[in-house]
Order: sequence, then C-alpha cells, then structure tokens
Amino acid sequence: MGVVMGKGEKMESAKLREEVVAGNGLIHRRALLRGALFSAGIAAADVGVAQADDSVGADAPDWMKTPGQPFSAYGTPSKWQDKVQRIFTIAPGRAGTGVSRTPLHLLEGTITPGGLHFERHHNGVPDIDPGRHELFIHGMVKRPLAFSLEALMRYPMESRIHFVECAGNSGAFGAAQPQQITAGELNGLLSCSEWTGVRLSTLLAEAGVAKEAKWVIAEGADAAAMSRSIPVEKCMDDAMIALYQNGEAIRPEQGFPMRLLVPGFEGNMNVKWLRRLNLTDAPVDARDETSHYTELMPSGKARQFMFLMGAKSAIVKPSFGMTMKGPGLYEISGLAWSGAGRVSKVEVSADGGKSWAVAALNEPVLSKALTRFRLPWNWDGRPSTLMSRATDEKGGAQPTRASWIAEYAPGQGYHFNGIQSWSIEADGTVKNVYA
Amino acid sequence: MSTLRYAGLLSAVVFCMLPSVCGAQSPNLGRPLTPEEIRKIDITVSPDGRGLPPGSGSVSAGAAVYAKSCQACHGAQGAGKPQDQLTGGLGTLASGKPVKTPASYWPAATTLFDYIRRAMPITAPQSLTNDEVYAVTAYILSIDGIVPGDAVLDAKSLPRVKMPNKDGFISWWPKPPR
Repeated sequence: MGVVMGKGEKMESAKLREEVVAGNGLIHRRALLRGALFSAGIAAADVGVAQADDSVGADAPDWMKTPGQPFSAYGTPSKWQDKVQRIFTIAPGRAGTGVSRTPLHLLEGTITPGGLHFERHHNGVPDIDPGRHELFIHGMVKRPLAFSLEALMRYPMESRIHFVECAGNSGAFGAAQPQQITAGELNGLLSCSEWTGVRLSTLLAEAGVAKEAKWVIAEGADAAAMSRSIPVEKCMDDAMIALYQNGEAIRPEQGFPMRLLVPGFEGNMNVKWLRRLNLTDAPVDARDETSHYTELMPSGKARQFMFLMGAKSAIVKPSFGMTMKGPGLYEISGLAWSGAGRVSKVEVSADGGKSWAVAALNEPVLSKALTRFRLPWNWDGRPSTLMSRATDEKGGAQPTRASWIAEYAPGQGYHFNGIQSWSIEADGTVKNVYA
Repeated sequence: MSTLRYAGLLSAVVFCMLPSVCGAQSPNLGRPLTPEEIRKIDITVSPDGRGLPPGSGSVSAGAAVYAKSCQACHGAQGAGKPQDQLTGGLGTLASGKPVKTPASYWPAATTLFDYIRRAMPITAPQSLTNDEVYAVTAYILSIDGIVPGDAVLDAKSLPRVKMPNKDGFISWWPKPPR
C-alpha cells in the first residue's frame, strides 16, 4: 500500500510501489544506503590515486591520529548533540514551577533518555534524603504501614515500559490558529521509560484494604504536597511504586526516591516523590482534580476524573523546523500511544486525509507504551499535507481536531488527541496546519 | 497448557485474592504506623469536612493574612497577576469566554483550605497556622459574596459553604455518563 501521488509520477510511483510491497517499506531505506556507500567508494578511490606520501595518516580524520578521551564515571551525550535539550517554559516568578518538554523531534526510537523526560513540577524538585523518606499507607486499611526505601528494595520487583503523558500535552492545538512550534513543543509533555518497582497491590495487600475503601489519595513529598484521588481498582491492577527509570534510580525530576506509576492515566496522577497513600471511600476534590485536570465543556459543565489518555499519534519527522531537501524518497516517522493498551494500527495520509496508508510499527508494540511508526514517502516536491491517526486494541481512535474542539469549551487543552497535520510547502518547509 | 496446570494457576489466583495470603508472599516489611504518627502526616481534607482541624478564622483576620502572604502573587482582592486569579469569573463558564477561579469553578470550599494549607504560600508552604488558613479561606470566599463579610469559618461551617459551581462537574469514572 503506497502513498497516493500525482499523475505525473505514475511511472516512478509504480516502481516504488513494487519496492514497498517487496520490502514491506524497508527496501527504500536499503536502496538509499547502497547509493551512499557507492558514491563514498568512488571518492576514496580518487583520493588514493592522487596521494604521494604512503603513510595513510595524511588522509585520515584527526580523531584517528591522536588518542581519544579517557573513561568517564557517568557518560554524557556527544558535544555535537548540545541542541538536544528539554524545552523550557518557566512561569513568571516561580522558577521550578511549570513544565519542560521532551524534544521528541530530536530523538529516535521510543525510550526517552532519563535526563530528557518531560517535567511538571508544582513547586520545584525536592531534595529528598532517601534514608529519611518513607511511604505511608493508611486510612481504610486493616494495618496502617510505613515502608522505607530499604524495605521496598527487598520486595519482588517488575520492569515495564510505559509512557507518561501530561493531561495538558498538546494543549496548543486548542489555539484558534495553528502554532508554528516544533513537535516537541506541541507534544513533548510525553515521555516513555522502562520503570522498575514494586506492584502497589502487593503493599496494599500487606496493609489489608478495607471493603469500604474505593479511592486512594496519593500525595507527594514536594513543596506542593501534590495530591490526587485514584480509584482503588487501578491501584490493585497495574499500578507500581517505581524506584528505577531506564535501569538507574529514578531521577529527582521524576520522583526520587519513588513515584507512583498508574500506566495509561494522565501524567499528574503518577504522583512523584510519593509519600502517602490514604485509602478512603470518596475522592477529595483535590486542587489538581478540580481547578486543573478537569475538562470544561461548552455547556459550562466540566468532566472530572477523565483519567485515561486516549489513542494518539504524531508525526515527528518531518515536522516544524525541518526542511525537506527537494523531491525524493523520505521516511515519515512518528510516535503512537494509547492509555487503553496496545496501538493496533497507525495510518498515514500524504494528501490531507483523502487517502490513508498503513504504517509499519516497530516492534515491540507494548501496552501503554510509545510505539514508533514509519512509512516511506516519495515526495514529488509539491505542497502536501501529512497526517497520522492511531487506533488502539480496544477500538479507541483519534477524532479530527474539529470534532475534538466541538466537545469542549473554548480555550481548553486537556486530553487533546485529535489528528495532527503538517503541511509541506513547495520550498520544503514544514508548517503546523489545521486540515 | 494442561487442564491440571490451568487448575493449579486458577487456584493460585483465587488464593492470592485473600489479602493475608498474598501478604505472606511478600517479605512483609511494612512498619506499623501509630495513630499519633498518622495524625501528624494526614493533612487530607474531604468535601464533607473530614480531616478539618480545630481552629477558626474570620474574613477580617483573613484580609490581613492575605495582604501579608498572598497579595504579592495573586493581586489585590484575588484579582490575579502575576499568578492565578482567585476571584471573579462567576457565570462565565458557559459564556464562551470561561474564567476559571476558585470562586467560579471549584466545587468545594474545603479544597481551598486543603490546598492553601498544604501548598501555600509558595515560598513558605505549610507555614500558616490552621486559624490563618481558615481566615484566608474566609476572606477569599467573601470577595465574591460566597460567604458574608462577617463570616467565621471552622470545621463545621466550612463544609457547609455552597460553592457557586458545586454541581458543575460530571464524573467520567469509571465510565462517561450516557
């Protein structure tokens, strides 16, 4: 299945379509690689003939002619990657309160490096002494308990790959005019890590949940004592007390020494610096589940406790800030995810939604985790509109932006999962458009 | 999977649903909490008033607390700037230009108390006394007439305050209505 192209491209597109079918989309990339190797070989041969001195060093790059740097205690990214940074917005007068975003458009694969995981802090990152931190479980339980980090380290653990997405992610799509900002600025309140920790159900079983307990009020040990009401069903299902992120102790910005992980639920509920779980019979209308993280509808009524992050996708290559270098073969690549489970299908359109092609999904496709999709595209150099839409295994799908907008009051931005569009201009620039 | 193995797995699952048994599979390293410890850490306040501490505060006392600890960020009379607007916006939610403030949007007065006590003022959270928190809550609510100018709030009266948008929220859990 290929991307529909213009009439003048019929011959070439027919050839390409054969290659797409034969290689299931991968052939094009191999063909490009072969071409590059071929021209590099010619260049090397030419230089060899012109060379008078027979020491090979004359033509070797500098870094092959001097010993490299010594070992380092904790590796850092290449200095050539210094633009790959979290994207900041700092609320006036409140350093440490606000968000920083993951630069999705500058990364590949699906795992977010620990230092680039998005941040949302309500009053800065606390400096917690792990030896003095305990997790308290109390309220409607038979045995109120405290767990030290040392104690938790002895519990059976599990590792799972899950995304965390802020409920306010992609809120910029609520703006009346399409914002000309990068895919990271648009969608970067989204990250994906391998989390390792203790199943919350294990600890709750030890405390003995009372029959009347229906909600768990989770509270952080930050200077906002951020708290949320979480259904006890979720806590007994796949919730985790996460201690590790991508193999290392969870980072301070992500909740060191421990955070609550409620896979697929809005990011704010994954309470960082977790200190207290208070079991009770009703939600408490915490500030962050009333003032924030509620969705106002046109009627003036608001949705509350809309926890699940819906099926969603975004093309990150190409995206705003990148320039297509003339007609030819490109790989469209992006991320898809759903709080309900696995992504079952991602479709891509290059004609503004008139026709759709099924994209390849990189394995492994995991539940409530980012999935990378790819599709080769032969751009004919004419203005085009790229779109992607994801479907999850529970049948969840992305609405159009227009139908999403119609659900909510003006200016709302929580839980945006509408279809996103990039317009490719004739000069190769990429624009955010509402198509 | 053989029927026998399946039966074994099933009985293990049923077995594990009993908390005492499941706990036995973990190292059981939780340290029992005393009621005194719980009293010190439990700062949760529910809309029905559970968790509210002793103490009280008047609108006039709250005006002084507000001027000292809140106004620099939230403006005179909660009008906002540089930080969140706390007052006004009543009746705007369905207007097409919604202004969400504690007064116009928040469903429970207890949320103001709970949030101020745990998180405000932002430069010195958890520094206000319970009386001060009651008082400043009363002051903020008085600006829009949600409580009268002579109101005194405490654990009994605060949960009885009827917020203008009390019925403005529809629960999407466990499923959307319809």
